[in-house]
Amino acid sequence: MSPHLRKKVVVVGHGMVGHRFVTAAIERGLTETHDIVVFGEEPRPAYDRVALTSFFEVGAEALSFLPSGVYEDPRVTLRTGTSVIEIDRAAQTVMLADGEEMAYDELVLATGAAPFVPPVPGAELGNVFVYRTIEDLEAIREAAKTAKSGAVIGGGLLGLEAANALHQLGVKTHVVELAPRLMAVQVDDAGGNTLKRHIEKLGLTVHTGVMTESIAPDSVAEISVVDEDESGVLDGKVSALKFKDVEEPLPIDMLVFSAGIRPRDALARAAGLDLAERGGVLVDEQCRSSDPHVWAVGECAAPGGRMYGLVAPGYDMAEVVADALLGGAGTFTGADMSTKLKLLGVDVASFGDAHGTTDECLELTYSDAVAGVYKKLVISEDGTRLLGGVLVGDASAYGLLRPMVASGIPLPENPEELILPQSTGGGGGIQLPPEAQICSCNNVTRGDIEAAVDNGCESAADVTKSTKAGSTCGSCKVQVKKIVEDYFTAQGKTVDTSLCEHFKMTRAELFDVVLIHGYKTFDQIIEAHGTGRGCDLCKPAVASILASQLNGHVLAKENRKLQDTNDAYLANLQKNGSYSVVPRIPGGEITPEGLIVIGEVAKEFGLYTKITGGQRIDMFGARMEDLPAIWKRLVDAGFESGHAYGKSLRTVKSCVGSTWCRYGVQDSVGLAIMLETRYRGLRSPHKLKGGVSGCARECAEARGKDFGVIATEKGWNLYVGGNGGAIPAHAQLLAGDLSTEELVSYLDRFLMYYVRTADRLQRTSTWIDSLDGGLDRVREVVVDDVLGLGTELEAAMAAHVDGYFDEWKATIEDPEKLKRFVSFVNAPDIPDPNISFGSTRGQIVPEVGEEPAAVGRSGARDNQTGPVSLGSSIPIGLPTLEETR
Amino acid sequence: MTETQTQPVTYIAVCRLDDIDPETGIAALVRGEAVAVFRTVDDRVFALSNFDPYGHASVLARGIVGTRGEVPFVASPLLKQPFSLETGECLDDPSVSVATYEVDVVDGEVRVGARR
Repeated sequence: MSPHLRKKVVVVGHGMVGHRFVTAAIERGLTETHDIVVFGEEPRPAYDRVALTSFFEVGAEALSFLPSGVYEDPRVTLRTGTSVIEIDRAAQTVMLADGEEMAYDELVLATGAAPFVPPVPGAELGNVFVYRTIEDLEAIREAAKTAKSGAVIGGGLLGLEAANALHQLGVKTHVVELAPRLMAVQVDDAGGNTLKRHIEKLGLTVHTGVMTESIAPDSVAEISVVDEDESGVLDGKVSALKFKDVEEPLPIDMLVFSAGIRPRDALARAAGLDLAERGGVLVDEQCRSSDPHVWAVGECAAPGGRMYGLVAPGYDMAEVVADALLGGAGTFTGADMSTKLKLLGVDVASFGDAHGTTDECLELTYSDAVAGVYKKLVISEDGTRLLGGVLVGDASAYGLLRPMVASGIPLPENPEELILPQSTGGGGGIQLPPEAQICSCNNVTRGDIEAAVDNGCESAADVTKSTKAGSTCGSCKVQVKKIVEDYFTAQGKTVDTSLCEHFKMTRAELFDVVLIHGYKTFDQIIEAHGTGRGCDLCKPAVASILASQLNGHVLAKENRKLQDTNDAYLANLQKNGSYSVVPRIPGGEITPEGLIVIGEVAKEFGLYTKITGGQRIDMFGARMEDLPAIWKRLVDAGFESGHAYGKSLRTVKSCVGSTWCRYGVQDSVGLAIMLETRYRGLRSPHKLKGGVSGCARECAEARGKDFGVIATEKGWNLYVGGNGGAIPAHAQLLAGDLSTEELVSYLDRFLMYYVRTADRLQRTSTWIDSLDGGLDRVREVVVDDVLGLGTELEAAMAAHVDGYFDEWKATIEDPEKLKRFVSFVNAPDIPDPNISFGSTRGQIVPEVGEEPAAVGRSGARDNQTGPVSLGSSIPIGLPTLEETR
Repeated sequence: MTETQTQPVTYIAVCRLDDIDPETGIAALVRGEAVAVFRTVDDRVFALSNFDPYGHASVLARGIVGTRGEVPFVASPLLKQPFSLETGECLDDPSVSVATYEVDVVDGEVRVGARR
């Protein structure tokens, strides 16, 4: 399509849903025909508002969905800090605050919602806040520095979130709720009371059933109102809350309104679009408004007249509109409002008809006031079907119960067992039908999960990777695991976690066995714990375990037989039997002299050179017998092994950082060199890669690495579990704003924990997924040190760092090790005739033979070209052993 | 040294047994052919063509040696196909095999004979 025929989509609002619309539009191909312009009112690109409270721990950058501020697709333009103030539907234009006009073919409203502030006198005082944006939280944090006590008006989901934030900021916190209970929308009275007890145990005070009549200013304010403020608006700061029918006011220093949200529909209203009765742009099932070229998604939209204040329905709407603009027929027909979350450390879940509004329904409750657990099931009149329920304090049964409601399967004989404490959430043999939706975030049914197993998934983690079940909110993970295990059992399959036929244990178990017994050789280990003589699976695994624990040379005589292809010769075997050689270039920093040496070596030995993805230089086509001479040249020039051949640290990629870059905020090169030098040579279950970016633009692509570090103004954010490769994964934030010392200590622990407990060939991303609790578990072990392993893991890493030596140097200095580096044991002077090369683009390329080259068949490779064609024939009259000795 | 297809071929000494670490292989040049000679943990020796029929490269001597059940084998260092040291047969696909050679140890010296 030629440029002038391209259409334009204007998106108003860059929150979570606006961002989702853009990514959906890019993924679905809408940008092939449409340019997209997004206007965001906030000063920064979309961020994770659901995780807003974690802003205090991790900072704004960690929450950002688009830290660079730019979409990779050049056909999308994002303009933050820009408000749209008017829509002219007849002209199909929008007007910006500065008067600029922009035409659209299609307009998508994603303006979200605004916090509802009830019309209470004093609401405009100082130190009164709402809880919606990062700027709101920054202001709250600032006020909390001097405030001793504070109140949150609103005891719903958002209110408790805000109360949690105040509490964590060290403010004595009151929760004020008009309704007679907390979380009035989701839970019933008894559930609300259980929740209240939990929260009060933490030291917060809960006031339910009270109406705030007015907000009193401090004494300074009263003076200023009289003397200075001509508008009549109260000045000064909040000092107390006055409740209706309560004598004593509640003294406070700060106040947060979190009493619900209202759709931001003012633009639509002014443009004459139809609105829903209770606010929000009225849209049809395709999220199209009363104007066919105007769409609305997320909290500003009211499909069928109903507004949805959760992000998942907003995401669904965004997908539906992207689909509709491409001519698709997808519809939004409502959302499952079931919720499971942890509020102030308490599990709370509600699903289906939580309040028992169905005619003649029955309720079944279990309550343990001591343990703080409350569970309620709402059951159909005839007692055969589950309609909904509430869980407080223990929501483990949610994963089973929610799909039971959705699928309508018959209740078991004794439904109380579903909520009695001995129930583990497994539901004692309840078989959900294949169509039962297990993961509501990603719409995955039991049938989908079992089909994934049929298609080769071998674990719950595999299933999560392949179907996304459990990958969003995680509330169904236990259920997914159980379905996978039950399915295996039903098929008579057991999940075999044995390393191979020789060791009936996992790599992690073997690691512990070796550590406990202090074994030094494979022979000791297989005699005591294995059968047979090992294989290409267990031998390299044992080699890696021994290397991690002993820090010895991988080519030490007793263990070199264990080494895999590449480790066995400290170089990477290539397809024609030659090797490639990669010297370490920490952080990608190299001097001109170093470059010249690499160039000279490559020229001298006739090697093909290529820059790798890890910011270093790979030299290909080395014959095995030439390796020691190549290393000697490199070692003499100050290089060492880059371990490109090992299941070990490869590189720590870096951008140029604050030293040169005008955007950089930290010295990323310096840190990358330090980390690469620290962890070089560390043998691990799989290769390891790191990255360090000097600012949030992330030029080092650190979040694509096993560990990625991104500079912030205050220090470093540490991300783990990233992966390029066949199954790409973005690294997740482990901890934010770390000092260099904290960073190194967490990384030491993380890497050692991985080295000790991962399966063979398990990258960090799948390892994290396989842990019960996933990334949270890693954080518990690494950051919170719940296992008390921190010191031990750091000591193990310190031993590695202290014991490091260059394997190449140690090899060329040891004649015994060098003996193996010959082409033929009885003809070391004759290069292997099977290794030959052609030429492409001025460099050598490997040639692969169809059958063994043999003496007397000279001419078989007459058609060779290129600079290096060794051994195309071998003279008849071979040296015998006697002659060569 | 004689070399014909029909007459018995003499054994050629290639190295000392001690030159091969137990459970490893080495490459030797025998009548112009690259031969992989392996030594198992019980000091038996085996000789296979060094050429990996899957990867089309002369590399088998560099593979990891182990056992599958009772069968000693070498895994190609290229793509890990297992070849029986006794028969040269690929243990995952009996239709593929590599040539084997007569081999023995006399007075501590490893000698490779005719291709079987």
